[in-house]
Parts: sequence; structure tokens; C-alpha cells
Amino acid sequence: MALLLLGAMAVLLLGRPDRNVSWLGAGSVVIASVLGCVPVIHVLSGGSVEAVRVPWSVPFGEFFLELDPLTAWFLFPTLLVSALSAIYGVGYLRSWQGRRSLGPVWFFYCLLVLGMMLVLLARNAVLFLIAWELMALASFFLVTFEHERESVREAGWIYFVATHLGTAFLLVFFLLTARETGSMDFTVWAEKGIQTRGLADILFLLAIVGFGTKAGFMPFHVWLPEAHPAAPSHVSALMSGVMIKTGIYGLLRALTFLGAPAGAGATAGRPPLWWGWALIGIGLTSGVLGVLFALAQHDLKRLLAYHSVENIGIITLGLGTGLLGMSTGSSMLIVLGFGGGLLHVVNHALFKGLLFLGAGAVLHGTGTLEIDHLGGLLKRMPWTAATFLIGAVAISGLPPLNGFVSEFLIFLGAFKGGVSTGGAIAVPLLALIAGLALIGGLAAACFTKAFGIVFLGEPRSEHVSHAHEADWTMRLPMLILAAGCVLIGLFAPVVVGSLQAVLENLTHLQPAAVSENLAAVASPLAWVVIGTVAFLLLLLALILLRRGLLAGRRVETNVTWGCGYAQPTARMQYTASSFAQPLMDLFRPLLGTKKKISPPRGFFPEEAALKTVTPDISHEEVYRPVFGRINEWLSQLRWVQHGKVQLYVLYIAVTLIVLLIWELR
Amino acid sequence: MNALSFIPLLLALILSPLLFGVINRTKALFAGRRGQPLLQTYYDLWKLLRKGAVYSRTTTWIFRAGPMVGLAAAWVAATLVPLGNFPALIAFPADFLLFAGLLGLMRFFTVVAALDTGSSFEGMGASREVFFSALTEPALFVVLATLARQTGQLSLSTMFEPVSGADWLHGGPVLALVIIALMIVLLAENARIPVDDPNTHLELTMIHEVMVLDHSGPDFAFILYAAALKLWMLGALVLSMVLPSSGGNPWLSLALVSGGMFGLAVVIGVIESVMARLRLLVVPQLLIGAGAVATVALILTLR
Repeated sequence: MALLLLGAMAVLLLGRPDRNVSWLGAGSVVIASVLGCVPVIHVLSGGSVEAVRVPWSVPFGEFFLELDPLTAWFLFPTLLVSALSAIYGVGYLRSWQGRRSLGPVWFFYCLLVLGMMLVLLARNAVLFLIAWELMALASFFLVTFEHERESVREAGWIYFVATHLGTAFLLVFFLLTARETGSMDFTVWAEKGIQTRGLADILFLLAIVGFGTKAGFMPFHVWLPEAHPAAPSHVSALMSGVMIKTGIYGLLRALTFLGAPAGAGATAGRPPLWWGWALIGIGLTSGVLGVLFALAQHDLKRLLAYHSVENIGIITLGLGTGLLGMSTGSSMLIVLGFGGGLLHVVNHALFKGLLFLGAGAVLHGTGTLEIDHLGGLLKRMPWTAATFLIGAVAISGLPPLNGFVSEFLIFLGAFKGGVSTGGAIAVPLLALIAGLALIGGLAAACFTKAFGIVFLGEPRSEHVSHAHEADWTMRLPMLILAAGCVLIGLFAPVVVGSLQAVLENLTHLQPAAVSENLAAVASPLAWVVIGTVAFLLLLLALILLRRGLLAGRRVETNVTWGCGYAQPTARMQYTASSFAQPLMDLFRPLLGTKKKISPPRGFFPEEAALKTVTPDISHEEVYRPVFGRINEWLSQLRWVQHGKVQLYVLYIAVTLIVLLIWELR
Repeated sequence: MNALSFIPLLLALILSPLLFGVINRTKALFAGRRGQPLLQTYYDLWKLLRKGAVYSRTTTWIFRAGPMVGLAAAWVAATLVPLGNFPALIAFPADFLLFAGLLGLMRFFTVVAALDTGSSFEGMGASREVFFSALTEPALFVVLATLARQTGQLSLSTMFEPVSGADWLHGGPVLALVIIALMIVLLAENARIPVDDPNTHLELTMIHEVMVLDHSGPDFAFILYAAALKLWMLGALVLSMVLPSSGGNPWLSLALVSGGMFGLAVVIGVIESVMARLRLLVVPQLLIGAGAVATVALILTLR
């Protein structure tokens, strides 16, 4: 069945007619996704694991695909968001039609989807790395879609370098594991496990750096705020919603190699405590700094990109909680931690996909993403605004939507663990509680800013006056994603129950232990749902009451109150910068915001300006100097590169001969 | 769940507007005035519900939805809050997450409704609201974690049970610190002095009041009532920690909680009379201080 899926992709790769290429590309992705969902749901609902093995001529390689519950859990949002973004892309790319050949975009889009699926399915290290590269390269070409713009090219390069540095760490990770186990097969790795303590620690760190670069852990996140804004919006949705999750998937997969051999009981192969501490530490840094940098941004997509860092942080907090549970043998922590993290993976795919698509619609309609230039869009783009609002409430982790459910799981795990355990476990969990609360408060601040300034108030510039609503190909995916956010919130107990198969697969707990702990969450969640329904009913009652009260009374419209000033202009409104300013000033030491003020002078001031820039601190302080230095050194080797192909071939031949001699020695 | 567990909800729904009356009376006494009637908030609500409304041309359905979402959220949250010896109507493990979430939802919609007017006054209020609430949120959660650790319980109704003398002997410092932190959270969340001055005349210096500047008629009644409920709910949490146990006598409990709630309102009135609003730049220090106090309490429970 998995093959069927790939077949549908291949159809597209062969035929690339220039006309209607959008429909062909999107259509094949949608069909592939629908077909792919069948086995995914089958496996998640407890069906048997599917596997395909085909011998392959690549050394050590084997075309070995397997669909187990962990893969299926990640594959589901991948397929969903890929399909919806594809539909969206049809409408979004229409404005480029005629000016730009759209064939390559759809080609790389399909390759990206294919690459992600292969990464999730691959069970052979060589195949995995090839798929990983396929994914990275396809997304690189998508990021540089508008390659005539300088900033886009630079963003592409940063992404290219970052992703390959990550891959370098992964290469080491895979080689070390392969040497230890004598195989390239993931199933063998999981069975044997890494027994040597020191080696496991090193591998753990390698996995964090390698996969963390893709996922966007805080010091390695630099490519996210560059690449996401540069890419076309439907690609940003795909990259931010799903692709960075392959990093989380990789980390989880790696943990299954590093832990105890499958089935070994007792305390033999438990991960050391500091792994959990490390993940919670990374989660807190990524979460808090991610949301702070997001608050400081003026570009809507950049803001969303930093929120991806924040949400990856929340997911990591869940994983860290789960690891702490593994170290101490607490099935409650394992289930709630990993469960919350995994659920947040899906939730983030839904609402971040939705928000990026919404941002795309804003860009499409107005031609700018500068938050301070927008305003009042709700009247011109009612659909986009309504769905964006749902995404904003969901990402702030507020009831009754899906973000609340996954944060509920993580919070509950942390509270339960933090209450009953001793210091070494309680301390990180209690730090998590405080940190997650801060993240929640800041996220709400950030999204009231993003929604309020972009969609509400009066238009702040010309861009808005000619804004238009997106067409249905762009609206439909947003509506479906918004519906997903609502449904997960309303059917929370059911959704949590569906984690059963994944958690058994990932943690090797007894099925009974998993279901018992899941049932213990499902009952409070059922109360949450009851509360939600009560809330909606009361809201309905209030709407009717208000309508009844106001019927037949005088309801007037007038200008907004401005101390009696009747001629307000849009320039008088609060802007995103002023909205975020108090928080920015408080956290200045962490952010390094640069301010440039030219204050008004004289009695009749004519000009005044305020400019704030918040450059990425790790990009400016760490990466730029380091890479600048490396660039200087390497430029001394530039004479080797001269563009003569014959000599390049000679290089290859000489290298081969040298290797041959070394081997025969 | 028995008949008694309806009491906290009913008292909250009926008596919460009275709190404002008591606070204002206390302040009037301090200032040597006679003050408005105790039932003034009820009169205001009644008057507002009978009025028409004026809307700004800039606003959209978000502006109209804000007050309704806020009140509905406050109603649902009120079912989760215990009062003295009475457990809440609904109690389940980690119900405080839903409680905090609903308050968050209420705030989110108040803020976007304020931004909907396009007024810079309201933008200013909204900005301060999210700023301060982002700082009170960790303080509140650390308080909750401390109490959860102290009591070993995970539901508001069991975490905030009345404390006995033995509890004070056992964990007095923790309780005292938690009460201080929670009291600051209460004052900040309900826009009282020293964080915000509900009676100020100048839009520039307000936080909560300025956000609802453009609401009128029934909409404003909803906002006023929801604000009263919110004050009652957080007050009920503080009170439940201070009150002694009544030994299971429901009438005694009833007398204790009603007396206690209005005692608390008097305390708030006294605080408002004896101190001025802090400068806005100093408020974050107070709120971070609340978080720090709560953290100290938490560390004490870690022994």
C-alpha cells in the first residue's frame, strides 16, 4: 500500500506538461495522501505493521520501508498538511502564472512530500540519509523560488548550510551506531540497543544536534526565521507544520536505539536522568526565547517562524518529561510526557499550517507582510480572519481548541510528577510548569498582537485598501485545518485514546500500563469537554439574550472614542511595535533589540522616527563570526576550483587511484 | 456532588457584584465621604441592560463577541471554584488548568475586542494587559504547583481546603508566602490598586477600564458582571486558604464564607485607600516579585 503511494508520485515526476501543471501536481499529492491515509489509519487503530523490503545495489543499502505506529502517527499530519497545502498552492501560485514556469515548483513540492514520507518510512540508515537529503534539497529549491531577490538567496544559503551541518552530525551518529551493532538496519539497532553507557551519551548528543538542527532547537534554529518567510506560503506551511517534525521523529527513533534492548525489563538500560534534564532545558530555552523573539518581529511570517521554535520547545518539554519517566520507571510520566509531545506534533501541524496559509492569504491579498502596515483586514478578508483567529487561539493553548489539549497532557504529567517525587525529578518538572505558564502568557500576548494589529482596527497603509479575499482553493484548506483544531478540542478524550498504539510502540510499556494511564487523562479531559460544551451553550444563550435586549432599541455607530476628537486617522492607532514594546523592554538583555530614535524637535516638529530591529542573537553573535572566519580560511583553497571540468574529472581519478593504493598497501 | 456543592456557584453568581459595593464603601469611609449605595453595581447592571448601544464604525463582530465570550468563560470557570468548606460544583484532577485556560480565553477576547476599536488608548490598555498577565501567569502556576505539592492534591476543591492550626504549624511559611503571592495575583488580575486604578480619570493611565472604553449598553453590563465574577473567584481561592475549618456545619460555613468574602473586599478597599497606584514601570517588579515569593514557597516544599 505504501508502494501505491510512491507510484502516484512517480506519475508526476515523469510527465511535466507546462499547462495545468498546478492541478496535476496538486491532484497527485492529494490522491497520494488519500491513498496513504488508509494504511496509516489501519496501523494507528491497532492493525498489523506493514513492511516492504527490496534488495538494493547501493552498498549497505536496502530498500526497506516499514509502517509502524510511530511512523504512522507522524505520517498522518504529513499527508494531511501536504494535501491541503497543495490545494492552497494552486490558488496561491496563480499570480505567478505566465511570469514563471511553475513546473519546477510542483516537481520539488512532490519531491519534498516524497522525501518526507521516505524519511518517516525508511528502516535502513543509507536509505534514511538519502531520503533526508532529498527532503533537504527539495525544500532548498522551494525556499529559493523567488531567487531573483537577494534576501531570498541568502535565506536559501543559510538553510542549505544549516541543514547540511545537521546532516554531518547525523552521519557520525549513524556510522557510530552501525559500527557498534554491525548493521545498517533500524530494526536490528532497536533490538540490540546501545549497551555502552558512554557511547550512548555521545550518540544522544549527536542526535540532539543533528535532528535538533532540522527541528529548530534554540541554538540551532537560525535557518527557520530566514527560510520560512522566504519560501512561498504553502511551502512555509508544509515546512513549518510538518518538515521540522521529521527532526522530532528522528530524535524519537534514535531514542529507541539508545534505550534498553526491546523487551529487557528492570533498570538495566534506562536512560540516565540528565537526558531528561537536557531535553527539558532545551525545551524551556527554545520555548521562552522562541516566543520572545516572535514578539519582537515585524514580519508576520518571521513571527510565525519563531513560534515554530517555541512549539518545538513545547514538544521537547513533553519528550523530556517522558524521558524522565523512562529513567525512573514511571509509566505515568512516560505516557503523559510522550503522549503530550506527540499530540502537540499533530496539533502544531494543524494550527501552524493554518496560520502560515493565513499569512499567505494576507500577502496574496495585500502584497505585504509588514504587520505595522496592515490593519482592518477582517472587513476585507472575513474568511481568512476567522480561520486565523481560530489558529491564534489554538496556538496560545487556550480552551476549547486543540493546543489546550496537548498542553493539558504535558502540564498534568508535570504536576503529577512534580507533586509526588523527590528533588531530582521534581525540580525540572516544576521548572517546566513555570516555564510553560510563561510561554502560554507570552504566546497569548504575541497572537493578540498578530491578530489584532493585522486584522482589526483601521487600515494602516495603502496596501490594505486594495486587499481582496482569497479564492476558494486557498480558503478551503484553511477551513479544513481550522475545523481540525476545533474537532481535536471537542473530541479530546477520543483523540488521546488513539495514542495507545504509538505509545506502546515507542516506549515498550505493557499495553495495560498505557491504557490505564491514558484512561486517567481521558476522564479529566471529558470534564474539560463538558465545560467546553457548557461554555458554547452559554455563549449561544448570551448571543440570543443580547439580540433580544437590543431589538427595537437605538443602536448607533460613531467614531471610536478619542477624548472627543472626531477626526482620528489610522496613523494614531497603536502599532505592533508599540503593543510589544513593554515586554521587549523588560526582556531587552535577552533579545538585544537595537533601537534607533530620532525624537521630534522644536515646537512644530516635522519629522520623527523610531526604528527597532531585533536580530537573531545566536546568528549575530555566534554563527556570523565563526562562519566569517571559516570563510577566510577556506578562501585560500579557492585556486582548486577553477571551473575546468576535465581537471575535476582528473581529481576524481587521482583520488580513486590514491585510495586504491592505500587499500592494496 | 451534592446540593451543597451548588453553593459556591450560586453565591458567586448572586453576590459577586456586591464586592464592588463593599470595596467602594470602604474607600468612601476612609476618605470621609458617605459613598455610593452598597448595591450600586446591581443598579448599574440593571440600567445598562435596559439601554441601547453605540458602536464605533471601525469595529467588527470581534468587538461584539468579546464581552459575551468573557462572560460565558467566567460562568464556566465559576463552576470550578470552591469556597471555604464547600467544594466546587465540578472537580477533577488538574481542573485548575481549565480554570486558568478560561481566564486566559476571557483575556484574549477582551484584548482583541479592545484592538478592534483602533483606538490608541485601548491599544495601550491591551498592551499593558498582556504584558502584566504574561508575568502573573507563571506566578499563578507556581502557586498552584506549591499547593499541589503541599497537599498532594490536584484539584482546586481539594488543594484549597480550609487549613487547620496543625497545617499552619506544619507549613506556616509556605502558606504565608503562597497567600502573599496569590493576593498580588488577585490584585493584578482584577485591575486593582497597586497595579491599576479602577477610578482614575485619565485614559492614559488605565489598563482594564481603558480596554472597555468603547463598550456600551448590554455589552458593558456583561463586562462588568464578568469582572465581578473574576474578582469573586480569585477572592474565593485566597479566602479558602485563610478560613479555618468549620467542622462540617453547613450554616457555620455559610456564615464564614460570606463574612470572609466581604472581609476580603474590605481588605482590598483598605489597600486601595492607603496606597497609590504604582508607576507602570514598577508594576513588573511587583509581579516578578510575586513570582519570586511563590518560587521561594515552592522551594520550601522541596525539602
